[in-house]
Amino acid sequence: MHFASSYLLRTLVAAAFLSISASWADNYKGPTPPAVYTQECGSCHLAFPPNLLPKASWQRLMHGLDKHYGSDASLDVVTLKQIDTWLQTYGGQGKRAREEPPLDRITRAAWFERKHREVSAATFRRASIKSSTNCTACHRDAAQGDFEEDRVRIPK
Amino acid sequence: MLPKFFAGLLFFSLNALAATPAELLASYTAQSGQAANAAKGETFFKASHGQEWQCTSCHGQSPKGGGRHASTDKAIEPLAPAANTKRFTDSAKVEKWFRRNCKDVLARECTAAEKADVLAWLITLR
Repeated sequence: MHFASSYLLRTLVAAAFLSISASWADNYKGPTPPAVYTQECGSCHLAFPPNLLPKASWQRLMHGLDKHYGSDASLDVVTLKQIDTWLQTYGGQGKRAREEPPLDRITRAAWFERKHREVSAATFRRASIKSSTNCTACHRDAAQGDFEEDRVRIPK
Repeated sequence: MLPKFFAGLLFFSLNALAATPAELLASYTAQSGQAANAAKGETFFKASHGQEWQCTSCHGQSPKGGGRHASTDKAIEPLAPAANTKRFTDSAKVEKWFRRNCKDVLARECTAAEKADVLAWLITLR
């Protein structure tokens, strides 16, 4: 009896631990970004979690904001420094940041392409999605760092 | 240490100049040296200026309704002060977005006269 219940307990603990680590994989619960990050970067696109790119990529992005993927996204020096400091402090942590993707685009990283291999280019081009940079189209709570696969809803 | 650093920087960035849409219009009109023309502003806003995007690509056909970013689909709040009281109340922010967006739409910065015309039109919308 004692043996059975301790076995059950250990199984439960192991199961709970496994489910937690599984959800960590596609969840990002990092430190809350400063308002300036959400405001400035989040005006045009999702204020991406800083662990999605390595520090070197963030640094290149922050020093080329006047030519930011075809648009001028330049900032005044004070704001630039604030965001740069935040990204160099919290960016590039975890397994997603081992690789500097082509053009420093999150969507070109090997892990991103692997995770989205079942989503066709035509799906990404739907009017309801527009492009693969539009995380929230399918990951509704992406702004809160939630990229859980079982909560993905691909709009028609 | 870090939170203090960010708080300090936040304090400085919050020091941006508060203004009203009418004050900003007066300032652009003074810079351009001519009266603002709301009708010209409307035409300018709705026209193509030879680039991939025009103002309406992201801001929508009516500045009283919102728009969506042409490439990322991010929701953009209405531009007209009547529909969105936060618009045109911070001169640094207004300058920043005119600079960026004019480059997308015209491949150059806007003149003070162009900014005055567009703002004059936006203020007339009720």
